[in-house]
Amino acid sequence: MPKRGGTGLLIRGGLVIDPAQKLEAVRDILLEDGKVKEIGVNLSARTALRAVQCLDAAQTWVVPGLIDMHVHLREPGRQSDETIATGALAAARGGITTVLAMPNTEPPVDNPSSVHFIKAKAASEAVVNVLIAGAATVGQKGERLTEFSRMASAGISAVTDDGRPLLNSELMRRALEYARDCGLPLIDHCEDENLSAGAPVNEGLAATVKGLRGIPWASETVMVLRDIALAELTGAHVHIAHISAAQSVAAVRLAKKRGLPVTAEATPHHFSLCDADIKGYNADFKMNPPLRGENDQEAVLAGLADGTIDAIATDHAPHGPGEKALAMALAPFGVIGLETSLALALTKLVERKILNRRQLVERMSAGPAKILGLKNKGHLKPGADGDITIIDPGVSWKVEAPFASKSRNSPFIGMKLNGRARAAIVGGRVVHAL
Amino acid sequence: MTAKTWDRKDLLGLQELSASEIETILDAAVIFKSSSKISSALSGSTAAFLFSEPSTRTRSSFEVAARRLGAEVLGFSVASSSLLKGESLLDTLRNLEAMGVDYFILRHEHSGVLESLAPNTRASLINAGDGAHEHPTQALLDLFTLREKKKTLKGLKVVIVGDILHSRVARSNIHGLKKLGARVTVCGPSALIPGDIEKLGVAASHDLDAALKGADAVNVLRLQLERQNQNLITSLSDYFESYGLTPARLAAAPGCVVLHPGPINRGVEISSQAADGPNSLILEQVKNGVAVRMAVLSLIGQWRKRNA
Ligand SMILES: [Zn+2]
Repeated sequence: MPKRGGTGLLIRGGLVIDPAQKLEAVRDILLEDGKVKEIGVNLSARTALRAVQCLDAAQTWVVPGLIDMHVHLREPGRQSDETIATGALAAARGGITTVLAMPNTEPPVDNPSSVHFIKAKAASEAVVNVLIAGAATVGQKGERLTEFSRMASAGISAVTDDGRPLLNSELMRRALEYARDCGLPLIDHCEDENLSAGAPVNEGLAATVKGLRGIPWASETVMVLRDIALAELTGAHVHIAHISAAQSVAAVRLAKKRGLPVTAEATPHHFSLCDADIKGYNADFKMNPPLRGENDQEAVLAGLADGTIDAIATDHAPHGPGEKALAMALAPFGVIGLETSLALALTKLVERKILNRRQLVERMSAGPAKILGLKNKGHLKPGADGDITIIDPGVSWKVEAPFASKSRNSPFIGMKLNGRARAAIVGGRVVHAL
Repeated sequence: MTAKTWDRKDLLGLQELSASEIETILDAAVIFKSSSKISSALSGSTAAFLFSEPSTRTRSSFEVAARRLGAEVLGFSVASSSLLKGESLLDTLRNLEAMGVDYFILRHEHSGVLESLAPNTRASLINAGDGAHEHPTQALLDLFTLREKKKTLKGLKVVIVGDILHSRVARSNIHGLKKLGARVTVCGPSALIPGDIEKLGVAASHDLDAALKGADAVNVLRLQLERQNQNLITSLSDYFESYGLTPARLAAAPGCVVLHPGPINRGVEISSQAADGPNSLILEQVKNGVAVRMAVLSLIGQWRKRNA
């Protein structure tokens, strides 16, 4: 964790948006000792005599720090693609103050000492909060469950075999039961790997014309439907990672209507692009799940709008240029996303009135905080963690290198976006400012 | 030579060509077929073959075409593993280009590899088949053969039967036939018909007898025998039962000519009687292949001279 600021920080005159307090008004926010001390009008008059740093936030939105609950930091094992330090810098630059690190490192985070290693590394090197997801099975092999209780004591925030689904339904049932007993959400990467085997892109016209094998939508939905059934059976909280297919969104909507403990996230690439947008054979458009059809993209947008989808998460997956230069069929899945997530949400969701400002904060901060059980994040009530994102909604910019991330495998390079993070504050300390 | 112009360094596929560009190639091929003379259109230049999959037929057809145009021909038996990676393939091309190679005739097992290479080399790339994407010269010789026999492609009903899912020949044929005004039906078991194929403006059928009604031509695709291990077909004889082309099936479509890109699996996708029957143009296709490839190479050669 970053060092707490000893002195205070006053954020003056921004439009403060905090769904938890039903607040959307120009206010000052005073942070002290790394926490939210007070929100009010014209706090500077009263704090003038004290030693506080001032940040002018006029014309900006001041929101609870954004939380990205699906991030691959690649450390340990693939530090040439990303490290905890560079991933955290990329997050800060994108206005994200907390990330949930996925366990599919090399070796995977599947035991308490690995959790301690990441924690220590993040405490000394990361400028944002790094939460840790522990693997659900040893080596993410889908065979034996990991030690959920001991990893929970070590401080994990969720369990998942992300990158791989838990194909064995009996194993999934037991994982859910232990996750429930430990008070942890289980995040599932829903994919029937028999249906998707060997295919790099979505099944449909784009795959057909390019002569590439297609991943059918059903490879995701059959697992979503299974997970919903097992959530009902066990009463455990299952969280659907990177939901992408229209039929999956419909299934989650129905499950929620029935009161089942199911939540879901969607990525910026799935709400911004569809398979018709894939440029030639550019492997920066290859991710798993793949960019789906236009109807699926619309369903994801509708799911974000009506709250079926609780969170926006990037699935930030750095890969070096060598790997991505391989033929489309051979290149690895995954795109980076931390530095473009907020801007895409502003451009593709808020500007187009899919979400209003309050809903944006819900999907990018309050929603993930609730899923992960973070009581002091996702809102700005007095006593909350001093994590704040300051958004400049008016600035236009073009996505281009250099990135703070070590990798540059983004399908959005060259795209013009509106709005970005003016500053990111973590534990009362400014870690990014434009 | 026709007055129509050709303005491309490479031939990557038929999807990106206009109808008039395709006709330019076919018209040029008419001249190469009629004159058996050896031309000097490519003299002083070098063509190299990079094939990551074996193909005696396509390769020798290209080789004869290049030699008849006066080119020096280099063959490389490159192991497929070293051709897999995009970057090392680009390195290979650039090295050969530095040694004076002007034309690369490439076959690669993965779709789309040529598209990423073409902008990165000054040499001309000619696609001899990439994955399940395109095989433009095969489709061009199919179009040429059909046009020669039927005078025009406009309004013709053409059935492509077989493994459409994995077939680059099918994709290139669909693009070319549609552009020249033919009506196309693809036919095969659902497992071998790729998703949303109808959006390319073709009809999809799973009943060969129905598809052949009123057909002017049927293009029979080679079935890779390993498809049965993937449960994409039930058995070879079960496949033949539903989709094998026989004289009895052809009887329902008088005047329907038969094409096949070869090599033929007799008794799997086509019976010997149908393959060798009076309506078969299969040997004619082979003959036309050389003329069509000469046309492609010479048009690109002229482009290179203009843009030297
Ligand atoms: Zn995943």
